[in-house]
Amino acid sequence: MALFEARHLHKRFADQVVLEDITLSFEENQISGIMGPNGAGKTTCFNVLTGRYRPDRGTVFFDGKDITGLPPRKIARHGIARSFQMMNLFDEYTALENIVLALPEVSARGFSMTHNLAHDVDAQDRGAAVLARIGLGGREHTPASDLSYGQRRALEIGIALAAEPRMLFLDEPTSGLGTDATATLATLIQEIRKSVTIVIIEHDMKFLFDLADRIAVIHWGQVIAQGTPETLRENEWVRTSNLGALA
Amino acid sequence: MNSKSIRNLFTAPMLVSFLVFGTMPFWIDAIGLYQYLGLEVMIWVIFALAVNLLLGYTGLPSFGHGAFLGIGAYAFGLTQFNIAANLWVSLFGAVAATAVLGGLVAAFISHRRGIYFALMTIACAQIFFFIASKWTDVTGGEDGLLNIQRLPLDLGLAEISIKSNFNLYYLCFAAYVIIVVGMWRLVNSPFGKIITAIKQNDSRVAFLGYNVWLYKWIIFTLSCAISGLAGALFAMAQEGAYINIMSLQWSGIVILIVLIGGGFISFWGPVLGVIFYFLARDILGAYTEAWLLWFGLIFMLMVMFKPEGLAGIWQDAQLMFGRRKEAPQACPEPNHAGGD
Repeated sequence: MALFEARHLHKRFADQVVLEDITLSFEENQISGIMGPNGAGKTTCFNVLTGRYRPDRGTVFFDGKDITGLPPRKIARHGIARSFQMMNLFDEYTALENIVLALPEVSARGFSMTHNLAHDVDAQDRGAAVLARIGLGGREHTPASDLSYGQRRALEIGIALAAEPRMLFLDEPTSGLGTDATATLATLIQEIRKSVTIVIIEHDMKFLFDLADRIAVIHWGQVIAQGTPETLRENEWVRTSNLGALA
Repeated sequence: MNSKSIRNLFTAPMLVSFLVFGTMPFWIDAIGLYQYLGLEVMIWVIFALAVNLLLGYTGLPSFGHGAFLGIGAYAFGLTQFNIAANLWVSLFGAVAATAVLGGLVAAFISHRRGIYFALMTIACAQIFFFIASKWTDVTGGEDGLLNIQRLPLDLGLAEISIKSNFNLYYLCFAAYVIIVVGMWRLVNSPFGKIITAIKQNDSRVAFLGYNVWLYKWIIFTLSCAISGLAGALFAMAQEGAYINIMSLQWSGIVILIVLIGGGFISFWGPVLGVIFYFLARDILGAYTEAWLLWFGLIFMLMVMFKPEGLAGIWQDAQLMFGRRKEAPQACPEPNHAGGD
């Protein structure tokens, strides 16, 4: 059984059908990709899978447990983290503070009103280690708002990683990144795949085809093809679309 | 508790504030002011700090918090009249009543944010205001609850009268010390960091697994409970509980105080704001009845040119002073031989 399964998901906003009978499954310790043109419903699909939107129909299972319609905080508690297409950082906090808040040991004592977080050496060290892992070592005390675009993207992923998830959803992680930063990110994802199951929505087809074990193509809110990058390259729709040409 | 943990409990600005407020009754007359003003400042500092927990730290604009100051005052008087004429019991009654009613309000509004949250706090405050004004048998209506006593401070071994403003001031100061130390601890704890994260990006906080609603509920209830304590002290200071402090005007004034002080960027903003407000009231008020007009203009200028408030001005001054001190090391000495 796959680690994460979505079966027959439907989602509509008013009279617009955004997702129609979406069935996806993501195997443990694999990198899965979701591709499709703008407006295909990829991000809505992510939002349904991670609890931002409740599906109108269909079910979502994680590790055999039904998590359909659970709020984001409960889904996060199951060990599912995500990053966002539009960056979602705590801009008033330093890079380290952003990471520390996501650490499991900090969230476990989130209601503590007396423990001084600034004096918690363990949490600070673990946060610094996550920053070093994402290439932001030495930037611990830089406010998130002062980081460069690429560094903010890395921090976005770092926050998700700090939660030590079993499953990580990355929404267009290369958006706005240059060639070097994209290559660095690809290395990071290759490194973290050893411990985390990853699902990526991506427009950069080369990036996705190089990394992913399996890819699903969403168009008009439906899964129109899925398989390994090799089989998808042979897919007629992918070959005739711009997406296929880029891959 | 070892010396390091005691050191972690206090900060330099905290100690300065304890020194200033702790000695205030001894010098306030000498600078042309009066003891009751010190008492008012102390009580309003506690109230403004409570409001800033919501506004400055959690980003929740409560425009009806004056209601909880009033509820605290009424509850103090009613406990004293109907349950037990004991200071501790009455203070507990005030804090408990405000916490319960604050918790009830918070249960209805904690899923909201921004303007919707603000509007709901106004609506709830109006409900409490009208209950207080119409339930005359209990609250005294427009006349208020009169003859609230400054009950003696029972310390077990000794009993201290707080009938004088001087003694009551030190009771308020003790409350201030406890609240400042506790609140400083709180805002630097995981809980404090999470509420400030909620201010910045509540949806991200939810995706990290935190129950945003519950955090908002707790901080609102806590803020109300502290406001209730301030209300109880105010009832003793005024020797009565009056409906005017529950009006939207007073809820607005405390927001004004917090913003002028710089509550958004500094823990000490509300303290500066309260001092500024009461000094403006007494000094500007000595020259013109329209002092609030001038205070409003100062607020407008502050919003336009220094939205970080007095704390922002203080931080800028510190930076400038710091640069001046560093300048001789950073730059070579100018060659005066060539003349400037």
